[in-house]
Amino acid sequence: MRRNGPDSFYPRPSVFLLVRRAGNLFAVVVTGLFALLAVSFLVYLILYVAHQGVSFLNLDFFTKTPAPIGGKGGGVVSSLVGSLLVVGLASLIGIPLGLLTGVYLAEFGRGGFAKSVRFLVDTLTGVPSIIFGLFIWIVVVVPAHSFSGVAGALALSIIMIPTVTRTTEEVLRLVPNELRDASTALGASPSRTILRVVLPSARSGIVTGIFLAIARVAGETAPLLMTAFGTPFFNTNLARPIDMLPLRVFTYTLSPYETQIHQAYAGSFVLMLLVILASLAIRWATGGFRRRR
Amino acid sequence: MASIVSSVADGTRWGLRSWGTRVALLSRRPHDLAFRTLVLLSVWIVLLIVLAVAGILIISSWPTIKAFGISFLTNEAFDPIHDSFGVRPALFGTFATSAFALLFAVPLGVGTAVFLTEFCPQSLRGSLDFLVDALAAIPSIVLGLWGFLAFAPWLQNSGERWLQRHFGWLPFFQGTPHGLGLLAAGSILTVMILPILTSISREVLATVPVEQREGLLALGATRWEVIRFVLLPQGGAGIAGAAILALGRALGETIAVTLVIGNQAAPPSASLFNTGYTLSSVIANQFGEATPGLFLSAVLEAGLLLLLITLVTNILARLLLARFGRQETRGGTR
Repeated sequence: MRRNGPDSFYPRPSVFLLVRRAGNLFAVVVTGLFALLAVSFLVYLILYVAHQGVSFLNLDFFTKTPAPIGGKGGGVVSSLVGSLLVVGLASLIGIPLGLLTGVYLAEFGRGGFAKSVRFLVDTLTGVPSIIFGLFIWIVVVVPAHSFSGVAGALALSIIMIPTVTRTTEEVLRLVPNELRDASTALGASPSRTILRVVLPSARSGIVTGIFLAIARVAGETAPLLMTAFGTPFFNTNLARPIDMLPLRVFTYTLSPYETQIHQAYAGSFVLMLLVILASLAIRWATGGFRRRR
Repeated sequence: MASIVSSVADGTRWGLRSWGTRVALLSRRPHDLAFRTLVLLSVWIVLLIVLAVAGILIISSWPTIKAFGISFLTNEAFDPIHDSFGVRPALFGTFATSAFALLFAVPLGVGTAVFLTEFCPQSLRGSLDFLVDALAAIPSIVLGLWGFLAFAPWLQNSGERWLQRHFGWLPFFQGTPHGLGLLAAGSILTVMILPILTSISREVLATVPVEQREGLLALGATRWEVIRFVLLPQGGAGIAGAAILALGRALGETIAVTLVIGNQAAPPSASLFNTGYTLSSVIANQFGEATPGLFLSAVLEAGLLLLLITLVTNILARLLLARFGRQETRGGTR
């Protein structure tokens, strides 16, 4: 530290300087408290949900169907299976579409058309998810006269597209042009270069985007209310209403029965664990990967 | 062949200079044609989806647009029995809760971002970053559950009573504490938009050139003075963009708000204790009962309005953020 003796190089700090340093300290403390507040809320939320729900996370919870209304016990296996099926189908539709659109924007797209595609995909990111639920509800559910797992998957797939597209575009742009040049010099065609050189070298980034998209839709509830709808029965038929974990949590949150409320906490805990594990996986997968600023 | 090589060498794109060379190349290589067709096909599907969402909403809400016109925005009732529909209370609820959330989330989020980029010890930064990202990833149903089962009862029994006792003279804290209401919804929204505000503000602050910080530090400024006189003025537009982007999120948030806002219109007043509803909660609550005709069309027009509002906020935010080299809006996973 600076010494302020008579032989010191530094002058004695004036009152003005002390005030400024105090202001700096104040800013550190206040912003630090803000950060602490945000982080401690997260920790509190995880602990609270865990506290309320973890004792209901037994084998029955994962293997049994919901108990009759008001009954004790039962589980949410139908919701877990339904979530898996619907999110799986949504990924099958949304990921290829998003990926190819991202490839277009990074590798082919030029001029006005590419700009408008990028603009519209960006626009899609900001649209509230319930709008997509409403859209699929009119286009699929109302004509079919039935809520269905397929409708849920379609709504979720639209939500996945922009996330996958924009991450894909971003990471493909990070791939050095030398790789493309080298591949072309070896006689590879553009499609071969993209499929065998560009995409593999951006793999970790693309996988991140896919993970982000899946994690995002796995916790979605609003668009599912009007598409997959939910059912207390075990159902794997995607043409019929199907139960999903967020829908089950929603239903049980409004339930008057103690058991179901605790199961809602347990389900929430599972959902939270899933998304936090997904974020950890993304962090681990991307390791030294840096986004271009 | 020369034109192919040059087009590769001069940029990242495979798009070729002229239509002639493109056709010549593609006809030589059927694989490329197939791949390119596949790529273009998916682009067109995505475009079609975007346009269809807007188009279908406009077409299906046409009956109410024709029947009520602009009075749909000012009409109080959402009353299927008398075929009278309006969204004034929903608009009020939407904007009141979002404004409340923004009011608290902006200082908190920007403060957190400042701490993370400027003051935080390097060893702590990684884990704090991760926790903020994790907060962004919490599904909204989980926050809704917590809000409905834990936060709202607490507000009713302690929080709102305390506010009333100490700040009861303010117009915001009048009336009976219900727990569920605008205050609960606004608080939940604050938590939901905090992570995106933090992460975008952080990226904006990171774009300020290091020379500018060091220049001021070399003149003897404290870290806070660097923030105050360099970072915040330089990043101001970007932070405003982040705030508007977060506003868009708040305006469209459905499930958590639907659970805690009470879903009942209260007589207009400034009190945050009142229940209310938002555009998205109207949709979530009413679509099930909507009978074909004006009722259905009114629910869809609420959706159309929500779409328009969020479009405007997002475009505005993107314009403000464009300067900071941020082209996309991936702040969190929500």
